[in-house]
Amino acid sequence: MTNLVEVRNLRIEATTDAGRLVEIIRGVSLDIADGEIVALIGESGSGKTTVALSLMGYARPGCRITGGEINVNGKNMAALSEKERAKLRGTDIAYVPQSAAASFNPSSTIIEQVIEVTRIHGLMPPEQARKRAVELFRALSLPDPEGIGARYPHQVSGGQLQRLSAAMALIGDPKLMIFDEPTTALDVTTQIDVLKAFKSVMRAGGIAGVYVSHDLAVVAQIADHIVVLKGGEVQETGTTAQILSAAQHPYTRELLAAFEPKPRQAHADADAGAKPLLRIDNVTAGYGAVRDDGLPLIRAVDSVSLVVETGRNLGVIGESGCGKSTLARVIAGIHPAAAGDIVFDGKQLERAARKRSQDQLREMQIVFQYADTALNPAKPVEDIIARPLAFYHGLDRQARSKRVDELLDMVRLPRTLRYRRPSELSGGQKQRVNFARALAAGPKLIICDEITSALDTVVASAVIELLKELQRELGLSYIFISHDLSVVEAICDEIMVMYNGERVEQITPDKLKAPTHPYSKLLFSSVPKLDPTWLDGLARDPELVRQYGHR
Amino acid sequence: MTMASTASPRRLFLGHSYNLVGVVAALVILAWTLIAILAPYIIPHPIGDIVDDDYFGPMRQGLWLGSDYLGRDMLSRVLMGARYTVGISLAAVSIACFSGVMLGMIAAVTGGWLDTCLSRFLDAMNSIPSKLFGLVVVAAVGSSIPVLILTLAVIYIPGAYRFARALAVNINTMDFMTVARVRGENTAYLIGSEILPNIIRPVLADFGLRFVFIVLLLSGLSFLGLGLQPPLADWGALVRENIGGLPFAAPAVIVPSLAIASLTISVNLLIDNLPQKIRDRNA
Repeated sequence: MTNLVEVRNLRIEATTDAGRLVEIIRGVSLDIADGEIVALIGESGSGKTTVALSLMGYARPGCRITGGEINVNGKNMAALSEKERAKLRGTDIAYVPQSAAASFNPSSTIIEQVIEVTRIHGLMPPEQARKRAVELFRALSLPDPEGIGARYPHQVSGGQLQRLSAAMALIGDPKLMIFDEPTTALDVTTQIDVLKAFKSVMRAGGIAGVYVSHDLAVVAQIADHIVVLKGGEVQETGTTAQILSAAQHPYTRELLAAFEPKPRQAHADADAGAKPLLRIDNVTAGYGAVRDDGLPLIRAVDSVSLVVETGRNLGVIGESGCGKSTLARVIAGIHPAAAGDIVFDGKQLERAARKRSQDQLREMQIVFQYADTALNPAKPVEDIIARPLAFYHGLDRQARSKRVDELLDMVRLPRTLRYRRPSELSGGQKQRVNFARALAAGPKLIICDEITSALDTVVASAVIELLKELQRELGLSYIFISHDLSVVEAICDEIMVMYNGERVEQITPDKLKAPTHPYSKLLFSSVPKLDPTWLDGLARDPELVRQYGHR
Repeated sequence: MTMASTASPRRLFLGHSYNLVGVVAALVILAWTLIAILAPYIIPHPIGDIVDDDYFGPMRQGLWLGSDYLGRDMLSRVLMGARYTVGISLAAVSIACFSGVMLGMIAAVTGGWLDTCLSRFLDAMNSIPSKLFGLVVVAAVGSSIPVLILTLAVIYIPGAYRFARALAVNINTMDFMTVARVRGENTAYLIGSEILPNIIRPVLADFGLRFVFIVLLLSGLSFLGLGLQPPLADWGALVRENIGGLPFAAPAVIVPSLAIASLTISVNLLIDNLPQKIRDRNA
C-alpha cells in the first residue's frame, strides 16, 4: 500500500422508481497520496459527489456500491460493516458539505457542533476539544476565534460558516478531507478567503483531500491532481498543470474552452439607433416599514438610475445582497419601487405590475435564476410555453402548437421534449424552456436574473451563446444580472457595478482591466483565473478588503 | 444509461406501480360502493319487516347475518346501511373538501385582509367540538339526510381549508407563480392551472382521510340517536340499536361494527398505497 487512498474499479448502481437498475459509476479508479489534494471535476450528474461520498463507504439512498475496492488508509471501505465505517467517519475521513448553512443545526451553538465529533468518538475531554477548536478557528483565519464559537449559525456569514464546517471536519484529525463544492454558493470576494484558509490548513497538517467542484479555476488554485469525470467514468487524470496546459480529452478541452474570453461581436448599429428602450431614474426600493418620507426602512436599491438602449445589453454585477435582484424585480414591477421613475419605450410605467397594461407586461419579460422553481412541475413543457401565446396573442390550439415547435427550435431543444415535465429535463434544458416561455410573449426587453448561476460552466456558455444568437435574430435587449463577471463580460455592452444597493460604477467591457472605483477593483481582482499560482500570488489591498470584504 | 436488470418486487400496470395492500383496499371500497348503489335490488327482505320469531337470532340459512333486536333481517339492514353511510359521507366530504380547498387556495393567492378574515373565521369554527356542534344543529332543526350532510360538511370545512391553504402558500412562493402574476393572469387561472395541479395528490389523500372522519362522526351521531331516524339506519345506528345483543355475542352488533372498520381501514390503506406514476421513461 503506497497511497492513502486507492480506489479500484468502483461501481455504484441506483434503482429507479420502475425497479430498474442503473449503473451511475462505471469502473472508476483513482489514487490519492498522503497530503495530496485531488480534485474531481465534471458537469452535474457526472458522478463526482457520488464518488467522493463512496470514499466514506457511503452511498445515497437508492444507491448501492456493487463492485470494486475503496481502500482508505489500508481498509476497504466497501467491505466494512456500517458500524466499522462509523468509527472511521469523522476520525480518518471527514466531510465538508456544499451548503454549510443547511448542515448546521440552527438551535445549538457553533462550538458545541464543532466538538461533537470528539464527543461521539471519545477522542478528548470537552475542555481540550474546545481549546483545539479555537486553535482551528485561528488557523482558518476566522475573526474573533475565542468568541465565535458561542454564536449560533445564523449569526455568522456564509463564508465564515463554511470555514467553521471545515473546523468541524478537522477537529478529529482526519487523514482525508472531502470537500463537496464548498465555495460554489459564495461570492467571489468571500471565496478567496475560504480557499486561502482551506489551502493553508491542509498544507500545514499534511492532510490529503478530495475537492469536488465544477469550477476549473477554483480547482486550479487548490488541487495537485485533477480527475475529470463524465457519465460515471474517468475521462482524464493528470497533474493540475498537465490538465490545464495539455488536456487530451475533448470534454476537458470543452471545460477549458468555456474559460477563454469569447470574441465579442461589435454592434454595427451601436451609435446609429441608440435610442433608449428603458430608462430608470433615481429608483429606490426596499423592505420593512414605510417611514415618514415614504421610503422603506431598509433600502435594498438606493437611488439607482440606468439606461438600456434598443438592441443593446446592460450587465448588472455585484455580490449577493447588493440589491441587484431587487432591482430586477423593481423594473418588472414585482416589487414596486418606493420612489423614482421607470420609463419604458417612451412611456412612463406604473410601479406595480398589476397596474401596467397587458402590452407593457408582454414587452418586458423576466427570466429567473432557478428554472426548477420557475417552471410549474405539474405541467408539460408545451403547456408552459403555450400559455403566453394564448394569453397575450390569443392563438388557437393549432397555431399555438406550431409556434411551440418554432420556439423549441429557437432555443435549440428537440421538439419531442414538449411532452415532458420539467423534472424530466436537465438543468440546461430547463433554463432553455424558461427562456422560450419569455420569448413566446414576443418581448422587447428580457431581464435575466442570474440565469446561468445554477448551470455548469459548459452549459452556461452554451446558453450565453444562444442568447447572443437570439439577440441578433430578434433584436432583443437584455438586462443581465449576475455575480459572475465572465458571463456579464461575454454578452454585455455596458456593465453596472452595484454595491450595498447603490450603483458604484458603469463601464464598458473593454475597460474592465481598469476600473476606477475601489470596490470594482476588488471585485474584478477576486475572479479566479486558471493560473494555479494565481491565489498564492494574489495581493489584495488590505484597506479595500477591510472596507468591502465580508469576512 | 445501461439496463442492468428489470427484477422488481412491485407490479407495473399502465405506467403505474402499485402494491397488493392498495389493490385489496381498493377492491373493498369498490365492493361497498357497488353495494351502496345496488342495495335496494339485492336485499333479500325489506328492511322494516320482522322476519324472525326470535330476536338477536344467530347466522343461519335464509338469515345469513342473523336478526336484530326486533327480529329483522340483518343482512338487508347492513346492505341498506351501506347506502346511507357511504352516500351521506361521500356527499358531505365532497362539499367540505371542495369548499375548503377552493377557499384555501383563494386565501393563499389573494392574501391580505381576505386571508386574515377567512382564516380567523374558520379557526373559530374549528374550535367548536364537532359532536357538540352536530348535537346542537340536529336538536335545533331536526334530523334529516340534507341536514346531516350539511352539518358534517360544515364541521369539516375548516380542516380542509387549513390543509389546502398550507399547501397553496408553499406553491405561491415559487417563481412560476411570480411569472404568471407578472404575465397578468387572474386569480381563477392562478388557482386552477398553477396551484391545483401541484397540490392535487395531497388534497386527494386528505379527501380520503376526511371521508373516514366523517363516516366515524356520522356513526357516532347515529349511535347517539341524532343520525338517521328509524326504520332507516346507517351502520352507526345499527350498532346502537343492537347494542343489547352484545352479551349474547349477536352478529347483529358485530357485523355493522366490522363494516365500519372494513371501510375506514380500507380507505386509509388505499391512501397510503396509492399507485405511483412511473416517470422513468427508459423502463
